[in-house]
Amino acid sequence: MKITVCIGSSCHLKGSRQVVEQLQYFIRENELGDKVELSGTFCMGKCQQGVCVTVDDAFHSVSPDTVKDFFFENVLEKVK
Amino acid sequence: MRKFDTKVQHLKYKVLRETAREAWADRLHETALDIPKRIVPDKIPTMRCCVYKERAILADRVKMAIGGDKSNPNVIEVIDIACDECPMGGYDVTNACRGCLAHRCEDVCRFGAITFDKNYVAQIDKTKCKECGACAKVCPYSAILNFKRPCESACKIKAITMGDDKQAKIDNSKCISCGACVYQCPFGAITDKSFILNVIDMLKKSERKHYKVYAVVAPSISSQFRYAKLGQVISGLKALGFHTVIEAALGADMVAQAESKELTEKGFLMSSCCPAFVSYVEINFPELVQYISHNLSPMATIAKYVKEKDPTAKVVFIGPCTAKKAEVQKPEVGKYVDAAMTFEELQALFDSRDLEITELTEDVLDNASYFGRIFARSGGLSDAMAQGIKEQGLDFEFKPRACDGIEECRIALLQKSRGKLDANFIEGMACVGGCIGGAGCLTHGEKNKAEVDKYGMEAYEKSIRDAIALCSL
Repeated sequence: MKITVCIGSSCHLKGSRQVVEQLQYFIRENELGDKVELSGTFCMGKCQQGVCVTVDDAFHSVSPDTVKDFFFENVLEKVK
Repeated sequence: MRKFDTKVQHLKYKVLRETAREAWADRLHETALDIPKRIVPDKIPTMRCCVYKERAILADRVKMAIGGDKSNPNVIEVIDIACDECPMGGYDVTNACRGCLAHRCEDVCRFGAITFDKNYVAQIDKTKCKECGACAKVCPYSAILNFKRPCESACKIKAITMGDDKQAKIDNSKCISCGACVYQCPFGAITDKSFILNVIDMLKKSERKHYKVYAVVAPSISSQFRYAKLGQVISGLKALGFHTVIEAALGADMVAQAESKELTEKGFLMSSCCPAFVSYVEINFPELVQYISHNLSPMATIAKYVKEKDPTAKVVFIGPCTAKKAEVQKPEVGKYVDAAMTFEELQALFDSRDLEITELTEDVLDNASYFGRIFARSGGLSDAMAQGIKEQGLDFEFKPRACDGIEECRIALLQKSRGKLDANFIEGMACVGGCIGGAGCLTHGEKNKAEVDKYGMEAYEKSIRDAIALCSL
């Protein structure tokens, strides 16, 4: 599974670093390092919906407050 | 608010704007020859002896706007017919000399170059004069003036000479493409080649060929386009067709991190950020090249990262610098940066599309930390290095020498080559003030340093570590 987080200016200001740090933490805690690839990109063109995240090709709007739910629903459930 | 410092810049801008306008419309090859007449439509000259000479010079400016002389590797060129063949006499006594008794000029001259005629009027013996200017400083009537050409005065590395035809000549074996002469020539006879046609071409084809064009902007942008908001400049860039805009300062954060580590490992280092400084060392102090940091410049570092994330990306650097145009011609940089342009040229691109940026909504630009952003002014790189050492907990007594302008660089390099430099890091910036003093800036002002610091303080990330955290992805 490939998770891509937008690290462009708009998403950065909405907390993409915090989202990335939490995702890195959850991936480590759940020992998914070999199943989930986390990467970054500059701007997905949907700045209004940031922080923009894609899981494989599916788009998600995430924030530092919702990243935990996002991880359990869209990453952990699907990888297992 | 004034968009340019001088009318020379304004004229150059008009040529770039009209050339770009025709290029967007795909008709430049038919209309290029009409551009001079469009800029000087009337029969009454306003700049030179006649409109025909004005137009002939403008035709040469169009040539520079479309890339200049391909056989000349230097990005800086003299427009021969625009050079006014200024007097080149050096220091001379004018008729303001009253033939006084004090003879301060004679006393202060260490070379015995001052004598007096039968009317007690001072004369300068050109064979003895070293052009130190001491006599001019002490004359109570300000009667001694320096008639050195502005281009020669601007060129601190003495790469400009006069040919037999009295026209300025650039010695390519010495020139570091800093652009000082470009900004200082009052007739606009020395100018930097433009590569905006490549940029327009990249932007036009991006949709059809399915690649994205990224704008990487230098942090000195904070002192530019002051008639609008920075966020509106970002919106303007996207309206031109850039996919997104990224701060070169994020590359500066990455450089500060890597370079501070490199310094503590090697014990002595010189910065690699300023391409004109790097060229200066290569030409004049080859034995010191070994000390230049192995890091790419911030521009190339961030462009490399962009292309790792998006292999089909095209990257355009937009900054204050003419020497960056030379840097991107190096193969090791050119593979990451597809074109470099100046703030002057960006203004021309906006207006070629009739984009009034003050009417656009404000977008955002925030990738880097305070420390990456202050690279734009002299001393900023040294501050960022100190921070990089601190954040990484490196045990090192940091003694930087921040060289503000190429003359200070020369002094530090001379000291280093003689083993007399009391510092373990040279921050080399060819332009006085740092990048905010660059020749490609629209305006140069006293407040520019304060603008850069203010912009730095506004950064969302407060440390280098946090700014580059995302770049580990």
